[in-house]
Amino acid sequence: MSDDYQPQSAVAKWIDKRLPIVTLFSGHLMQFPTPKNLNYWWTFGGILTFCLITQIITGLVLAMHYIADANLAFASVEHIMRDVNYGWLLRYIHATGASMFFIAVYLHMARSLFYGSYKEPRELIWIIGVFIFLLMVATAFMGYVLPWGQMSFWGATVITNLFSAVPFFGEAITNWLWGDYSVSGALLTRFFTLHYLMPFLIFGLVILHIWALHVPGNNNPEGIDVVKGQDTVPFHPHYVVKDVLALVVFMIIFAGFVFFSPNILGHSDNYIQANPLQTPEHIVPEWYFLPFYAILRAIPDKLGGVIAMVSAIAILAFIPWLDSSKVRSCKYRPLYRQFYWILIIDFIVLGYLGAQPATGIYLILGRLATLYYFLHFILVMPLIGYIEKPKPLPKSISEPVLSKEEQLAKSGQMA
Amino acid sequence: MLKIKNIFLSLLLSIFTSFAFAAGEMHEPMHPDWSFQGPLGKFERAELQRGYQVYTEVCSSCHSMDLLSYRNLIQEGGPEFSEKQVKAMAAMFEVEAGPDADGEMFMRPAILSDKFVSPWKNEQEGRISNGGAYPPDLSVMVKARPGGADYLYSLLLGYEDETPEGITLDDGVYYNIYAKNQKIAMPQVIYEDGVEYTDGTAATEVQMARDVTAFLAWSAEPKLEERKRIGFKVIIYLIILSFLLYFTNKRIWKDTSH
Repeated sequence: MSDDYQPQSAVAKWIDKRLPIVTLFSGHLMQFPTPKNLNYWWTFGGILTFCLITQIITGLVLAMHYIADANLAFASVEHIMRDVNYGWLLRYIHATGASMFFIAVYLHMARSLFYGSYKEPRELIWIIGVFIFLLMVATAFMGYVLPWGQMSFWGATVITNLFSAVPFFGEAITNWLWGDYSVSGALLTRFFTLHYLMPFLIFGLVILHIWALHVPGNNNPEGIDVVKGQDTVPFHPHYVVKDVLALVVFMIIFAGFVFFSPNILGHSDNYIQANPLQTPEHIVPEWYFLPFYAILRAIPDKLGGVIAMVSAIAILAFIPWLDSSKVRSCKYRPLYRQFYWILIIDFIVLGYLGAQPATGIYLILGRLATLYYFLHFILVMPLIGYIEKPKPLPKSISEPVLSKEEQLAKSGQMA
Repeated sequence: MLKIKNIFLSLLLSIFTSFAFAAGEMHEPMHPDWSFQGPLGKFERAELQRGYQVYTEVCSSCHSMDLLSYRNLIQEGGPEFSEKQVKAMAAMFEVEAGPDADGEMFMRPAILSDKFVSPWKNEQEGRISNGGAYPPDLSVMVKARPGGADYLYSLLLGYEDETPEGITLDDGVYYNIYAKNQKIAMPQVIYEDGVEYTDGTAATEVQMARDVTAFLAWSAEPKLEERKRIGFKVIIYLIILSFLLYFTNKRIWKDTSH
């Protein structure tokens, strides 16, 4: 794809001869042949890159003013909100940015699931993606601890205590994690260090993710292989402009939260300074963790709950082999499509239940929803591939486009 | 398919609406109109100034506001007292300073850069003076309670003379409609004419509760006006940009069938 590129200016030629970075960027960000039928669900990759960079930049400036100390952290965050120039803006972007990041990543994953982007030959892209998601979860969790409010403290207490479920070594592991015999300032400083490190690990994985993507190229809504040239357009300007358009629309929603409702995605208890002697009535994680929190609580046994919660993410890495169907796109999978939507609803129900007390009907529903979540991947995905009779696939991605145009032409004639 | 999508959407909505007020432990607070509500809301200077007066003369005998400095009272988007006024107001408080050249700590009148003087030397003193319940710091209180300003306003006005039957109150616990389980450790403090407003406004209970709540809303979110003002511009800018991009995008894809 990059063979036809020749640097024009003398400077570009000089650099490119020694380090072909100009060719690299030109090949991957300009000429890269991209299927011409990608819809707006394909814009979340760019949006997620934007989210990551935004978090890194705002986080960097916040870290210049934040103090990772159990006695000073809460006040230092308020110092940022009150006295640092545009500190309120940076902090609200960073805090809201975490939520927006997760909205985008969930949509990105849902798109991959619907259009079968995890299937051969894109398994590794998907698996790297699962690792990125895992790192995002860890990063977001640690970031939420840093303001050292009540939810920070008690959320950290609940989650780090999960490690005590490990047989034999549980207590030793938790004490090692805490650097103390309870959640304290020692945990805060190491969480700050790790929270600062992890985005750069994510950034590294994102590069691998894109590298792996650029080997087979993008999947597309039809889920069939594309013919280079006939079915593709250069990434620039076609998808650069389309992605930026989607990004700007995304930013409007983002800005809506940041400027007009910056605290709605958080919990009011986190504006109370951490108090180890006073447990909040309900300890709830951030909204984006709620589905996994519901899975954790659905299992009556602590160790079992932890295993279920970790498995809920880990199982995603195996779906390229759990899905027995060769057809990628759900557009041509009438039966599996139904189950896809059930899974999405199931996940949202889990999120709802994660915010409710784990008693009575909520607990029963939580268990059923957890059961379906796992059954979907272990049972439904492998079985449907054998039962389902997929719709006939188009020969090329140009075909459904043409037939639509033909239909239009026909209806035009009739009118 | 459409049906499934509808269920999906209604579930999504219910997630966002279900957090508010759980169970029957709490009553839905009153919802007065606040000047700082809405996308273009602003604080009313006079209201904040009166609110500061109520805080100083009533609340501050028990509640600290550690995150505020006297200079904040001058800043744009707040009560916007004049510098002269705030210097005089700060000078009414004493803070410990030093050590001086002899190594001694000494007391001096507060200046603009000082934090609001706390009524207590430390938390323990606050506790022992209030039957064990520490009066919480009020700096970010409006953001620290579900319901925010509405809740605080309601709580200040939620006291009733008669405790309903069936509710027994321990020593140092008071009946309040809007408190959790209708019980609260803070006695009623807002009474008619509890302060004499310098601007001549009649100090009714509602007026005082309203003023001090607005003041606390400002102290919790001192950059609210700037935030909304910038946000409005940012969103307009982004909307215009999105239109331009929409047409650019259309133009670029014009010759590609897809």
